[in-house]
Amino acid sequence: MSAALSDLWPYLILVTVGFLPNEIWRVLGLVLARGLNEDSQVVMWSRAVATATLAGVIAKLLLFSSGSLAAIPLGVRLAAAAIGFVAFLLAKRSVFAGVAIGEVVLLAGGYLFAN
Amino acid sequence: MSGSLTFDSSSAAFFGGVRSAFMSVFFLVLAGTYVGLGALAHDFGLSIVWLTLSTLLVWAAPAQVILISGIGTGAALIEVALAITLSAIRLFPMVVALLPLVRTRDTRLGDLILPTHFTSVSMWVESLRLLPVLAPERRAAFCNGLSVGYMSAAIGFGFVGFYLAAGLPPLLAATLLFLTPLSFLISTARNARMMMDRLALGFGLVLGALLTMLHVDFDLMWAGIGGGTLAYVIHRAREAAT
Repeated sequence: MSAALSDLWPYLILVTVGFLPNEIWRVLGLVLARGLNEDSQVVMWSRAVATATLAGVIAKLLLFSSGSLAAIPLGVRLAAAAIGFVAFLLAKRSVFAGVAIGEVVLLAGGYLFAN
Repeated sequence: MSGSLTFDSSSAAFFGGVRSAFMSVFFLVLAGTYVGLGALAHDFGLSIVWLTLSTLLVWAAPAQVILISGIGTGAALIEVALAITLSAIRLFPMVVALLPLVRTRDTRLGDLILPTHFTSVSMWVESLRLLPVLAPERRAAFCNGLSVGYMSAAIGFGFVGFYLAAGLPPLLAATLLFLTPLSFLISTARNARMMMDRLALGFGLVLGALLTMLHVDFDLMWAGIGGGTLAYVIHRAREAAT
């Protein structure tokens, strides 16, 4: 492989393996959303599916954490998420409050119960 | 709140969007996520230019993690592409739900290309919350400003992580990683004003956990379609009953 090509190789992978397989779903959404208005049933259903998919991502990230987060016991991760959520509800639905409290619980729990 | 979101021009709406991005909780989330991604790219020998370009083009942290670790560990490229496209399915219903909010009678297709490309969890969650109180003709500009704000934060903190690489203590690294699920959970709950959204969130959490634990293939897709459809059907049935 020539020097120029091996320099370009990571960029070629970025476009073909990273960009295109990811972007295709956005473009499909653009094509399908043409002519739909925000109250239409397809859009309502899409919103429910998007929300549920996102919730699935959250559950997966909490249960099967990767990297350094995996070293924090599962009980601590779940307790931190639950306490953060309750703090959010108690603090007049403040996202900042919920995230801050949840992170403090994770930090404290991780410090005390690290694997 | 709605009073502070009235804009006289498109450029005012754009900069209002940038400002909202910097003041939102997702600014911190992106900071944490992209410090981690920057360190990862550095450790796998990719350049900062490559990382920045991947943020501009891919603009989805999970896909970028898969791509960087795939290249770094020498995984088969077809497998990496497949994993990325599976992780990106969520973008499809997000775009379908977002664009009707952004579009007006006069919007051309070309004006929707940027909001489409910019669609990501942070931008989607904030747009669904903030756009409905804006005048329809200002929404696209606001949405683009919001996204440019988020993307700048991601690129900037990618630099920080790239040059700090590996200096992070494990407990701090864990705290940064925890920002993503925690903030997604709480901000989605904040947005869930309708019963349908709350049900979709609850069903998605339960189904996502169950299907992942059972090692079902395409677990997230089924959690999304199953949980979302169930929430939608219950919502329709309740509407029909009243």
